[in-house]
Amino acid sequence: MSTGTTKLDVVVSDVVPVNELVTRFHFRRRDGQLLPTFSGGAHVVVEMRDGERTRLNPYSLMGSPLDTREYMISVRRDDVGRGGSLFMHRHVRPGMEMVISYPVNLFSLDLRARKHLMLAGGIGITPFMAQTAQLAADGGNFELHYTCRTASLGTYADVLRERYDRRVRLYHDDRDERIELDRLLSSQPLGTHLYVCGPSGMIGWVCDRAAALGWPAETVHFEHFAAPQPGAPFDVTLAVSGNTIRVGEQQSLLEAIEAAGVDPPYLCRGGVCGQCETNVIAHDGKFIHNDHWLSEEEHRSCKKIMPCVSRFEGRSLVLER
Amino acid sequence: MGITFRKETFRDDFTFRNSPEHIRRFPFPFHEDSYMYAVNIEPHVLGPKGSVLENLIDVDEHYVAEMQDRALVLAEDPLRCQSLSHMTLAGWDLLELLMEQQALGYPEHFTLTRDGDRWRWINRPLGIDDTFTFGDVSTLPYGPMEYITRQSQGDFCILDQRDGNLWMDAGMVTTQADWSLDFDIGMNFFEWHAPVPLAHEKGIFVRALKFLTNIQQGKPARRLNWTMTINPRLDTSPENYHKWGPDRATVTPENVGEKVHLRVELQSFWRLPRSNGIVFPIRCYLIKMDELVTQPKWARRLHRVIRDLPDELANYKGLTRYRATLVEWLSKLDDGSPTSPGFGPD
Repeated sequence: MSTGTTKLDVVVSDVVPVNELVTRFHFRRRDGQLLPTFSGGAHVVVEMRDGERTRLNPYSLMGSPLDTREYMISVRRDDVGRGGSLFMHRHVRPGMEMVISYPVNLFSLDLRARKHLMLAGGIGITPFMAQTAQLAADGGNFELHYTCRTASLGTYADVLRERYDRRVRLYHDDRDERIELDRLLSSQPLGTHLYVCGPSGMIGWVCDRAAALGWPAETVHFEHFAAPQPGAPFDVTLAVSGNTIRVGEQQSLLEAIEAAGVDPPYLCRGGVCGQCETNVIAHDGKFIHNDHWLSEEEHRSCKKIMPCVSRFEGRSLVLER
Repeated sequence: MGITFRKETFRDDFTFRNSPEHIRRFPFPFHEDSYMYAVNIEPHVLGPKGSVLENLIDVDEHYVAEMQDRALVLAEDPLRCQSLSHMTLAGWDLLELLMEQQALGYPEHFTLTRDGDRWRWINRPLGIDDTFTFGDVSTLPYGPMEYITRQSQGDFCILDQRDGNLWMDAGMVTTQADWSLDFDIGMNFFEWHAPVPLAHEKGIFVRALKFLTNIQQGKPARRLNWTMTINPRLDTSPENYHKWGPDRATVTPENVGEKVHLRVELQSFWRLPRSNGIVFPIRCYLIKMDELVTQPKWARRLHRVIRDLPDELANYKGLTRYRATLVEWLSKLDDGSPTSPGFGPD
């Protein structure tokens, strides 16, 4: 059984600075055909050839799913991250040929919802751009609450207000505007589904309050891609392929495994989809689990690791790869 | 060259037959001389020319007759086609998939022309030429799923994906092996598979669900399933059990070749792009024993499979009543010589 997605050969058709931190990238197919249709909330994995390194980062598609002539992603520059966003900002230019994955949706709308209540924080707005476009085209009932640091960093806030008017509510940190979350969550009609995408603190806060206020877990949806965190280098033995590898400070374990020529399946590269789950054969040290896939019990058992986001500190680690 | 569509029936006088070419392309489901469940899922990619995998959505000589039989079933029992209210978008996804695949595989029979959301669909075998607006239900005579599945062979289940599970929330089911959409509608993957013996204990459904929820756009998968049916009846539903159940008591050593049919389902699984649902086409192929045993390898292998089948499975598949008669009949065609590897005839 094969997993993973088919690749698409694309050309960068436009690069548009949106504000001081965010730039939008447009892709078209190199063969001139339409891109595959997608559903709101889907992401693609963008392959970046950065010198000797291949970076693979997931980004939400933010265009309308009804228009597949081009895909659009918005990338927030992270000056202290591992370098993927800096590569996009500094090196990607119109006309450049790139490879992206087919769309994958791990943050799908629940189409049974009588109302879709969306909470976005910062760059977490991107999946909602596509979802609101999809719902608006079909008369869907939605309401979007969007928090950003300042008005000038409110990426697409103007576009959303223009398109959807009072269905969009903005909150600016610098003006001390806060979502009145408990009141919002307590005043929704029956059949409402809640969606949240933003910093992990915000996701945790919203999910906790929703649970405390009696929202069924099935009605609360969140997009929680963790970016792989840098950390101290460590050595790993891959028992199946017979490799011994070193995971660099700025490298993820998955990237180091791939650099050794072993290709575990993956979809999200953010600790959510479960595809790259890897068995631990032996270890002497401590795991740093950063994923949202394994249960707490599995984390404690030290028998599995999600190499896309998790790391290890200690003397030795042997994996079934 | 186009397909010559047969005039035949799947009820009353049962005139269904396979032509010699269709006997050779029959998707015989046993790759060895015994059978047990496995998660036998593989990528749904194109297969050899002249096989049922020549196109990803297969149209064959029974197309017109099967669509007529479906219309008869629906006229008697409209609940064979149901779509919960949140599944309309998935219905449009399915309409696009089936129109594209049928037009691609059989341009002499089907033509799809798209001008933005203005679509024209020509189905020559059924004499249909409709222009409609994609996404606008009011421009079609039926909902999108019902419209296209009245023109596509096989049953179709559309599964909504949410909460880490799959939900049977829409379908067109008229050629089924004794299960009911009306009973299963709204159930999740574990609920609708609850009656299957042995497989739960083997953890098969947990693994299968994990695989299915990860099916990606552009990468469909497939598996084969099988059972047996007395008389070439497509509609062996629980609703009509009183019509076909008693047939199983009519098998005699003299009529095995004509009455007993191997029934194979080519099941495929596709991610739907707009709705993020999964469509699960279940395409049914029938072959009578007289036709099947024209391929000596299949005759020998089927004898061994049916003879050695665990009793629970034989019971679940409804074979118990006539199994001994069938095994006795097939044994005369099995000289004990080895069978070659693989599914195909020698």
